[in-house]
Amino acid sequence: MKEYTYTEKKDTRSGFGDGLLEVGRQNPNVVGLCADLIGSLKMGAFQKEFPERFFQVGIAEANMMGLAAGMTIGGKIPYTGTFANFSTGRVYDQIRQSIAYSGKNVKICASHAGLTLGEDGATHQILEDIGMMKMLPGMTVINPCDYNQTKAATIAIAEYDGPVYLRFGRPVVPIFTPADQKFEIGKAVMLNEGTDVSIFATGHLVWKAILAGQILADKGISAEIINIHTIKPLDTEAVLASVAKTGCVVSAEEHNRIGGLGDSIAQALATSKPAPQEYVAVNDTFGESGTPEQLMEKYGLSENDIVAAAERAISRKNG
Amino acid sequence: MNPHNQSIDELKQTAAQVRRDIVRMVHAVNSGHPGGSLGCTDYLVSLYFRVMNYSTDFTMDGKGEDLFFLSNGHISPVFYSTLARAGFFDVAELATFRKLNSRLQGHPTTHEGLPGVRIASGSLGQGLSAAVGAAQAKKLNNDDSLVYVLMGDGELEEGQIWEAAMYAPHHKVDNLIATVDRNGQQIDGSTEEVMHLGDLRAKFEAFGWHVLEADGNNFELLLPALEEAKAATGKGKPVIILMNTEMGYGVDFMMGSHKWHGVAPNDEQLEIALQQLAVNVAADY
Repeated sequence: MKEYTYTEKKDTRSGFGDGLLEVGRQNPNVVGLCADLIGSLKMGAFQKEFPERFFQVGIAEANMMGLAAGMTIGGKIPYTGTFANFSTGRVYDQIRQSIAYSGKNVKICASHAGLTLGEDGATHQILEDIGMMKMLPGMTVINPCDYNQTKAATIAIAEYDGPVYLRFGRPVVPIFTPADQKFEIGKAVMLNEGTDVSIFATGHLVWKAILAGQILADKGISAEIINIHTIKPLDTEAVLASVAKTGCVVSAEEHNRIGGLGDSIAQALATSKPAPQEYVAVNDTFGESGTPEQLMEKYGLSENDIVAAAERAISRKNG
Repeated sequence: MNPHNQSIDELKQTAAQVRRDIVRMVHAVNSGHPGGSLGCTDYLVSLYFRVMNYSTDFTMDGKGEDLFFLSNGHISPVFYSTLARAGFFDVAELATFRKLNSRLQGHPTTHEGLPGVRIASGSLGQGLSAAVGAAQAKKLNNDDSLVYVLMGDGELEEGQIWEAAMYAPHHKVDNLIATVDRNGQQIDGSTEEVMHLGDLRAKFEAFGWHVLEADGNNFELLLPALEEAKAATGKGKPVIILMNTEMGYGVDFMMGSHKWHGVAPNDEQLEIALQQLAVNVAADY
C-alpha cells in the first residue's frame, strides 16, 4: 500500500474560497453570488478584492440561480454559493430550466454537503444532491476530496463551458493531494494500485478509503483505491479497467446509496461487465444532529465500514 | 437602432399578421396558448418593430443590443411569430410549431438553437431573475443598452418573482424595463378569484420600483408609455410597466376570457378569427 501522509487538515470549503479568489484574479469574467452565507462559503476574500463582481443575493436561492443564468448572457462566469441543500433541492426547477436546459455556464458551488455538516441536523444534511444533479442532462458533478483538490477544481471549472455542480464540505480533513496536481474534469485519480478489490471513493470518503487500504494491506489484501472526484461524466474507462483486474468493487460516498456514485458505477458495470459490488453509503435515511465523526460512524461511513465492505465483495467474488 | 422602425399604421398591419400566425399555429397542432399571445401581440410588435435596438444577426450575448426575455413562456406563439416576422428566422418555420424535431418547442428554449431566444421559460416565475442578471452583466460590461422582460400577472403568484423584485432595487438595476401582462386571467379563473393580486402599483412601489401603467392593446397609448419607461431608466431604480391587456385581443370570441388560455380554435373558429384579422393574407406563412 502506497503511503499517504499529511501535515495539515483543512476544510474543503476553504479550498473553494481560495480557489475562487485565484480564478477571480485570472479571469475577469468570474463573478460571485452568495445567499447570505459569505463566511460559511469562504467567499469573503473574493468579495473584498472584487466588490463590483460580487453580488449579495440575500436568503433567496431561487433568484440567485436565475440571476446567475442571466449573467452568463454577456459572458460572465457566475459562481453561486450556498449550502448544498439550498443549492439543489430548494432550487431544482430553477437549475433545471434556467441553467441545465438552457445550457448556461453557471458553477453551482455547494458547501456543507452530507452528514459532516454535523450538529445542524438533517434539515441541512443533504444526501440526495449528487443524484438530483447527475440526472440533469448536461450537468457536470464534482465532489473533490481535500483542500488542494477543491481549490484546483474551483479554478479548473472556469475553463469548462457548461453548468457544473461543485460539492464540498464543512469539516477539516487531511490535505494529501499535491498542491500542484492539475484538476482534470472527468478523470479518475489512481491512489493505490491493487489486485484484490477496487475501492472507488469520492469526497470525504477518499481519505477514509486510504485508511481502509492500509488496514486491508495489514490483512494481506491488496486494494486498488481510486478517487472519483467527478461523478458525472464518470471515468468509465478507469472503472472498467480497474474492475477487469480486481473483479470486485466497493463504492464509498457521503450520500444516499440511492442515486449517488455507487449507482453510477453499478450502471457502468452492469452495462459492460458486471461484478460484485458493495456500497458504503447512507442507507436511504435522513441524518441527525451529532459531531461529524459520530455521524460517519453511526451511518456506516467509517474506514472500518469500507474494510468490511471490501471483505464482503472479495468473498462474493470468490463465492 | 431598430431594424424596422415602423409607423403606427405599419405596426397595426404587423400586429394583425402576427395574430393571424398565432391562431393558425395553435390551430394546426390543436394545442398551444392563443389567449395571452393575442393579448401581448401589440407589446411584442412594439418592441421588435419600433422600440428595441437590436440586430437580427443573433448572438447569445447580445452585446450592445437591447435584450428581451419572455418569462411567461406559454405565450410562445406570439414570441415565435414576432421573431420570424422581425427577421430572426424564416416565417415558413412557424409551420413546425410544437411538432417533432422543431426548434419551435411548446415553450421557448435555447436547447434547439432558435435565434432570438436566450433562455428557456415555461415553468413560471423565473424570467425576472434572468433578466435582472443579464442587466447586471450589461453593467459589468459597460454596455448601456436595456433589458426587457415580460411576465404574466398570474405568474406574480410565484415567490421567486418577489425575490427578484426585492433584489433589483437593492442593487439599483436601472437598465431594466419589466412589464406585467395585466390581463386579469389565469387558468382557473380571474386572477382576483384565484389569488388576489391587489394593488400591484403599491406593491412594486413599496419594493422600490419606478411603476408605470399602460394600455397594451392601443399603439397610440402603448408607444408613449414605452418611451416614458425608457426615459425612466438610468435613474437608480428598475422600471416596471403594469400593462392592461385583453386576453384574446383581436378575435372577438376569444376576448376577455380565461377559457382561451390554452385552447386552440377548431376549423370553423379559425375561419372566423382569420376573417377578423384579414389584413394581408398573401403574407401568411
